[in-house]
Parts: sequence; structure tokens; C-alpha cells
Amino acid sequence: MSTKSQSIDRKSQDERLRRVSKLKKLLNRPELGALGGSILVFIFFGIIAGDSGMFSAYGTLNFLEVSSNLGIIAIGAAMLMIGGEFDLSVGSMIGFAGICIAIPAIYWGWPLWSSILFAFSMAVLIGYANGILVVRTGLPSFIVTLAMLFILRGATLALTRLITGRTQVPGLRVLIENDPIAWIFSADVFSGLFVWLGSLGLIALRQDGTPLATGVPTSVIWWIGLTIFATWILMKTRYGNWIFASGGDKLGARNVGVPVARVKISLFIGTAVCATIYACVQVLDAGSADTMRGFLKELEAIVAAVVGGCLLTGGYGSAIGAAFGALIFGTVSMGIYYTDVDTDWFKVFLGAMMLIAVIFNNFVRRRVTENK
Amino acid sequence: MNTDTIVEFNNISKFFGSVIALKNVTMHVKKGEIMCLLGDNGAGKSTLIKTLSGVHKPNEGEIIVEGKKTTFDSPRDALDLGIATVYQDLALVSLMSVTRNFFMGREPMKGFGLFKVFDIEKANAVAAERMGQIGIDVRDPSQAVGTMSGGERQCLAISRAIYFGAKVLILDEPTSALGVHQASVVLKYIVKAASEGLGVILITHNVHHAYPVGDRFTILNRGKSMGTYPKKDLSREKLLSMMAGGEELDKLEVELKEMDRISKFNN
Repeated sequence: MSTKSQSIDRKSQDERLRRVSKLKKLLNRPELGALGGSILVFIFFGIIAGDSGMFSAYGTLNFLEVSSNLGIIAIGAAMLMIGGEFDLSVGSMIGFAGICIAIPAIYWGWPLWSSILFAFSMAVLIGYANGILVVRTGLPSFIVTLAMLFILRGATLALTRLITGRTQVPGLRVLIENDPIAWIFSADVFSGLFVWLGSLGLIALRQDGTPLATGVPTSVIWWIGLTIFATWILMKTRYGNWIFASGGDKLGARNVGVPVARVKISLFIGTAVCATIYACVQVLDAGSADTMRGFLKELEAIVAAVVGGCLLTGGYGSAIGAAFGALIFGTVSMGIYYTDVDTDWFKVFLGAMMLIAVIFNNFVRRRVTENK
Repeated sequence: MNTDTIVEFNNISKFFGSVIALKNVTMHVKKGEIMCLLGDNGAGKSTLIKTLSGVHKPNEGEIIVEGKKTTFDSPRDALDLGIATVYQDLALVSLMSVTRNFFMGREPMKGFGLFKVFDIEKANAVAAERMGQIGIDVRDPSQAVGTMSGGERQCLAISRAIYFGAKVLILDEPTSALGVHQASVVLKYIVKAASEGLGVILITHNVHHAYPVGDRFTILNRGKSMGTYPKKDLSREKLLSMMAGGEELDKLEVELKEMDRISKFNN
């Protein structure tokens, strides 16, 4: 009798607790900060630059393209950061992957698709090298990949100059047209839709009647696709659980049978592959490879991941957050041209945003681990 | 030995270079029994645990599991034979949820082939049920382990080991970081686990925690076993004095009395 009333009592109490904890759960999500930040940024530019064409089809695609490029590498960086490591060689890897595509295709006569595959296999190799060095030596990944940053950038420059005598490799554009796989990285998507919208007079047209915005760049599709894929891995798969565990406490994870070394190595391969996707998009879009491509991108990727709620110490974060981090970055870097603000201030904003994000993340971590 | 014996460790020795960390340590544990391994800091407890759980290979001696002589090449081998160790750090990730910790490394799966996914609903249900069984009301199994108390975390780690088929539980100082109430919760749970047929090796330096729950006591001192005694042959005081120098404690008592006398004199 008394036990029964007790259990009923407990149940009703339980339900009350659950309602609170749902709100709390939302507050504890890692991507909350970046989501809120994105909304603020859009409100800000909506007021300041709403009638300047920033949010026209052309303007929107413009900032989405910048966001998506960064987003591709930010997602790799976020996954690795959740796994407890950094990769500072991402930017150099972009440059290296670029010439891995361009030199075989133009100087050695390889078909473009085979040089793209070659670039991806080099990425796997370099990611593996980064991973195995970090795992075997136990050195901080910060140092190991900093070394790789210089090695790769130096090798890119030296090899390109050795083979071609210069630092840029142009001439890819003609090869793209007949290539079976280049469209994966370079085509515009939904261009029919844009022509139709243009014919209805809903979006701006050029003088010849074609729409100013020709279609959604593939990089945007990659960005969204990678975000969904990474989120699925993190939330829904065993491997995702291992990533959180490896980053949260690698000794504990190892003690219960998580293959920490394998997880970390695969994440390093992931960042290098993301860098190569970025390189493909950029090189095929520009039609040329440049040895300095991707310079400082590793830091931007880390900023996006951190703004997206990843803890620098690992074990916590989200891919959706990183995607929003990249969106903030891209929107502000493009949006600033539509305002009266001198673009020199962009980096000030970037640094301040990162600082605020880190302070906020620290607060979230304390909430998650210490509320009782 | 009777058939109830799950694990025997006979004449285990472990050397690190010229250091003799363990010398001829013999012990065994039966089903449903709590075997307490007592020793002061530096007695070789940690080395012994690591040898029992497969982290170190003993230089001498044999390990017999359910009547069969075996060697452990890795912690995995010991685990496969049902010998689970709960270390002091508990192998819990405080940023991860109760469920994700419970199934860390051994996630239940659903689906086929490439689309096999972590069955989080089942995992949540099991984790909540298991924690409920030991009287810990996990309001939400997706809450982070960091929000739990020390005793609850200890219980989670033990409960996880049992769920994944442990026959022998090796518990490394499960109560050392806990307050009185929390420690008693954990000890109660350990007794319950043993009463359900598990063999427990409880490693501690706290006689007051070990004595009420233990069935037999092995005392380790400077890498050597001082013998194993059933509870009936041993009083709490005797156990206390056998651990790392009863003389030292006697000496301390004398010194304290002396200090007391002096302070009284000064007043």
C-alpha cells in the first residue's frame, strides 16, 4: 500500500524532472552557441545590409560558397577535435592535393579522374602518417602536425618548381569538360531551377538573359552532405561512440576495449581527405593549382570547429556546430563587403568571436559535468 | 581445490629489473566470495592487480581459471575469461552520457551490413534498468556521467562489468575516494554482487571497509603475502596490526600519548 503510493509519487516527480531536463538538454547541446551566433549574424546583416543585395540569390550563394568551402574542412577538423587531436597540416594538405591533381594531369598526361584519385590516395597516406606518428610517439598532435604543415608546404613548393619551373599550374579547365568524375566537384546544381526562377523574374539576370546566379555550387552540397554524414556517424554508430570515448579519456577507453589508436588514425585520414575535397573544389573551379592554396586554412577550420562547440580538450562537440561555425565565418567574411565597415576589421571580429566561443564552451562543459 | 574456485594464482612473482615487486604470492577466489587483498601503499597491490588483469605478465607462477592453466597476454584475454577489473579511474568518460559509457567499446547494434547502427534506444533502456536495480535512479540515461556522484560512478563501473559477463570482479580501491555514506552504498552493492555468485577480489588499504564485507583476507607487505585468513580467525584489530607494520601504529600511539601529555603539561 505504502509502496504503491510511493511509486506513484516517484513517477509524477519523475515527469516533472523530465520536463526541466529537456530544456537543460537543449542548453547543453554543443551546437547551441553556433546556432545562436548564426541567428545573431543574420539579424545583424539583415538590418545593416538587408537591401544591399547580400540576400539576393547571387549574394546568398556567394556567402554560402565561402561558408561551404570552410565547412568541408571544418567538419573533418571537428571530428578530429572530438577525438582529442588537432591537425594543423590541413592548409598545407590543400596546397599539396592541388598540385597532386594538376601536375599529373597537365605534365604527365594522366586523365583528370586518375589524378584526382591519386590526390585522394596521397591524402590517405599523409593522414595515416600523421596519425601513426601521433599514436606511436605519444607526442602532442599539435607539434607533429605543425611539422607536417611545414614539410608539406615546402614539398609542394619545391616539387612544383622542380617539375614545372613555377609555382602555379594553370590549364585544367579544358580537361574538366570531358572528365567522368570532375563534375562531382565543379558542376552547378539545380541550374535549371535558377533559369526558371530567372525567367519568372524572381532573380537577377545578366544582359544576355541568363541568371546571374547560375546554380548551387557543388561545394554547398558537399558541405551539407558531409555534415549529415558526420552527424550520423557521431550520434548513430559504434565508431561515433568510440570517437567521443577516445577524445574524452583515451586510457579509460582503451581499458574497456575501444581501439583508440585506430580511431585516431582514421580521423587524421578524415581531415586529410576533407582537405583534398576542398582542394578538388577549388582547383577545378579555378582551373589551376597554386602552391599557396589553403594557406592558414587549418586555423580557420579550428576556429569554425571551436565556435561550433568543440572542446579543445576533446570528447565533446558536434558536426552540426562546426557547419554553423563555418556559416558564421562565411557570412561575416562576405557580408562585411556589403556594409560600410572596413574589411580590415574582419580578423578582429574573427578573433573576438573565437574568444567568446571558447569562454562559452568552457561554461557549457562545466554545466555538463558538474551540475548535480 | 573444490569446484567453486574460479581463479587461482599460484606463486606469482614479478620483477622489474632488479626490483622484486611481487614474490610468491598465492591466492584464489571462489564463487560468491569476497576476497580482500589488503596492503599499505607500496605493498605491491597495484602490480598484483595488473598481473591479475593481464596488463603485466608474471615472471614466475601460474594462473588457473576454472581448473585450466592459462596465461594472459593482454587485458582482453583476462576479460574473455570473465575476469573484469574496475580500476581506480573507473574507465568512465565524464563528458559522455551514462548510456554511452555503459556500452563504451561494446555497443549493441541493430540493422544490417553497412547500415548497422548503434541501438541507442536499447542501450538507454538497459542502462536505466541496470542502474535502477542497484537503487540509482538515473533520471535520464543520456545525462553526462560527470553529473553523478563518486559512489554512483563506482556502481556504474561495477554494474557495467557484471552486465558484460564478469565472473570475477577485481575492484581496485573502490571506496578510497568516497565519503562514509557513498562508501557504504558501494560496499552494499559489492556484497549483493557476490551473493549472486560472483567472485570478488577487493583491493583496499582500508580495514574498516574490508572487514565487514570480506570472507577471507590476504595481507600483502613489501611484495610478499603474509598469508590468507578466513574472517573467523581474524579480529579487526589483528588485521589492522598485520597491515604494514602493526609496530608502526603502536609506535604512533605511544608518540601521540606523549604529545597529549606534553600539551596537557603546557596548559
